[in-house]
Amino acid sequence: MTCSTIWQGLVFCRHPVQNRLTGGQGRLHDDTIEPRTYSCGVAKLSATDTQAGANSLRSGPDGRGRFGIFGGRFVAETLMPLLLELDGAYRAAQADPEFRRELDYYLKDYVGRPSPLWFARRMTEELGGAKIYMKREELNHTGSHKLNNVMGQILLARRMGRTRIVAETGAGQHGVATATVCALFGMKCAIYMGATDVERQKPNVFRMRLLGAEVVPVTAGAGTLKDAMNEAMRDWVTNVHDTYFLVGTVAGPHPYPQMVRDFQSIIGVETKEQIVAAEGRLPDTIVAAIGGGSNAMGIFHPFLDDPEVRLIGVEAAGCGLDSGRTAASIERGKPGVLHGNRTYLLQDADGQITEAHSISAGLDYPGVGPEHSWLSDIGRAEYVGATDQEALDAFQLCTRTEGIIPALESAHAIAYATKIAPDMGKDQIIVVNISGRGDKDIFTVAEHLGVKL
Amino acid sequence: MSRIARRFATLRQQGRGALIPYVEACDPDYDTSLAILRGMPAAGADLIEVGVPFSDPSADGPTIQKAALRGLKGGSTMKRVLEMVAAFREGDDGTPIILMGYTNPITAYGPERFCVDAKAAGVDGLIVVDMPPEEADLLAGPAATAGLDIIRLVAPTTPDDRLPVVFNGASGFVYYVSITGVTGTRTASTDELAHALPRLRRATDLPIAIGFGIRTPELAANAVSVADAAVVASALLNTLEATLDADGKATARTVPAVLEQLRGLANAVHAVSKPVSE
Ligand SMILES: Cc1ncc(COP(=O)(O)O)c(C=O)c1O
Repeated sequence: MTCSTIWQGLVFCRHPVQNRLTGGQGRLHDDTIEPRTYSCGVAKLSATDTQAGANSLRSGPDGRGRFGIFGGRFVAETLMPLLLELDGAYRAAQADPEFRRELDYYLKDYVGRPSPLWFARRMTEELGGAKIYMKREELNHTGSHKLNNVMGQILLARRMGRTRIVAETGAGQHGVATATVCALFGMKCAIYMGATDVERQKPNVFRMRLLGAEVVPVTAGAGTLKDAMNEAMRDWVTNVHDTYFLVGTVAGPHPYPQMVRDFQSIIGVETKEQIVAAEGRLPDTIVAAIGGGSNAMGIFHPFLDDPEVRLIGVEAAGCGLDSGRTAASIERGKPGVLHGNRTYLLQDADGQITEAHSISAGLDYPGVGPEHSWLSDIGRAEYVGATDQEALDAFQLCTRTEGIIPALESAHAIAYATKIAPDMGKDQIIVVNISGRGDKDIFTVAEHLGVKL
Repeated sequence: MSRIARRFATLRQQGRGALIPYVEACDPDYDTSLAILRGMPAAGADLIEVGVPFSDPSADGPTIQKAALRGLKGGSTMKRVLEMVAAFREGDDGTPIILMGYTNPITAYGPERFCVDAKAAGVDGLIVVDMPPEEADLLAGPAATAGLDIIRLVAPTTPDDRLPVVFNGASGFVYYVSITGVTGTRTASTDELAHALPRLRRATDLPIAIGFGIRTPELAANAVSVADAAVVASALLNTLEATLDADGKATARTVPAVLEQLRGLANAVHAVSKPVSE
């Protein structure tokens, strides 16, 4: 699990945003959209409307589930009719005010929304640059942003008359969130989890079992999230008559990337209101960790049409972007097809998917949501890496200065914020998405610090 | 007429159904899988599916997953798979070869170049498990230009009103995935098949092959009594696996054991007489 000595001295890799704008592969399907420059200058206040206009970057995906060349529905025929049904059911739910009302009720009284936007005063002072705000998704019930999406999808599954839920999980946060709502609504629940992850996220495995879920360890491959995803898809294809596949991130076949993004967008919608209330303007920069990309998509999406806001997704660089032991799919992958969608993937020259590596189970995935691949290609968002060691350092910094123990996933975002904040002006603002709390990670962190628990 | 169309036409004239066995490329090594492939026509194969190993075969059960991993360990690459088909073609110009696999190794190779090279190697058709009709434009043009058949999959979940979508652009034959599930697990009942076939026949004139869960001569015979062909994969791969030594290497028994089982399946399939037509 460790990276030996190459940890130290690895630097963050800034994405060549402007080069990508004109680079060939990912063409905009809407050529009316002009490439823009994203400066960190003084931002003017944008309208906080949620309607996507004609030239909006928020209108994707298209009818085929594509964001530019990414996305789509690459699944076996057995699943295709189910995806079409799901797409129809989701559209109907979106159009139904009763669905929205029901979801709002659960988000408020069960999930505990809205989550606060916290001004991290001591961390800001210690870094000596931009003001750092933290979007406190770790305060949600079950301790992460995952419940935002799960709450939406479970209500949809119920509308569709499904009685059994399958899900994949990496860190176990999505699994815990899913097991939780299954307990809440009395539904059967099977959670697929890589055997390696079962080992490094024991508290969450126990939690899921307490909640009544069946946790199925997957030994194929490296026993991480990719393998769990394969196995969950196999379960779904076998039990199509009663089973709903509750995908935990903005990946998978259409409509999952869109649907999960929509349910997670509550993070960005709240952030926009809160930062305007606190500072009278939009932030200069938003930073979020990228596994499949759901917490990042959730906070980015409402800001896509505000070009003055710089959006930065932090991938897990593992032992370093060029170490060969990384989970940085956008930074080090190539476009390909896995788990139902076309996106950036870590793969070899023959198109075989390679194993990812990250200290954080939730980021340990060789792919990324297709909308991120598109945002990277058009240059609207930047994607960078943070190493295992940098995440461990940020984990401790955040805990020590703010009294907030972040998830190792979120620590990757904090790590990058600590990198850029000192070089920014004191009047500038960074919002970091704290996607989850770190209680589940204390065993991993202790091990790396040489402490026996 | 394509090799696949020609083969089905001949079978119809003879009043016979087809057996389509499956061999995973480079499982457990190149020479063994080529020896099995070369031995298959004499053992009774009418058409042959060659599996292209992929790291993440999410529609396959444990048997094919293991075979794919052995194939990758055995040095399989797309280039190697095509070499193997070309080597087979040197001694057999009549038996259709269908490549079965997943999208990513094809897109990594490049769809145009892949279709050209596959045709040149002697491949006749493609089954791409995770490429439904909605995504087929990726391959449709290059495959048509090269003269490769795209074999479409139909499932029990495919509703009647979707059948025209699935069959639009299909050629060669149609592959009926007889169960909802992964390969090598459950078997469809005679009743389920008897119910499914007429609805497919109403929607297509292409020959229909039944696959997934066919593991015995009886099940294979049962399948061709209602359909035009039976696909057998996991049962042969299980036999292969059982002959490997402790290190997963092929033994002297590997090739004969697989071909012996194939002979039994073929005898049962060919004993079923079907109405003769032109
Ligand atoms: C706390 C936390 N943050 C982030 C992630 C990564 O997922 P995503 O990129 O979809 O937000 C996970 C996944 O398990 C997580 O538990």
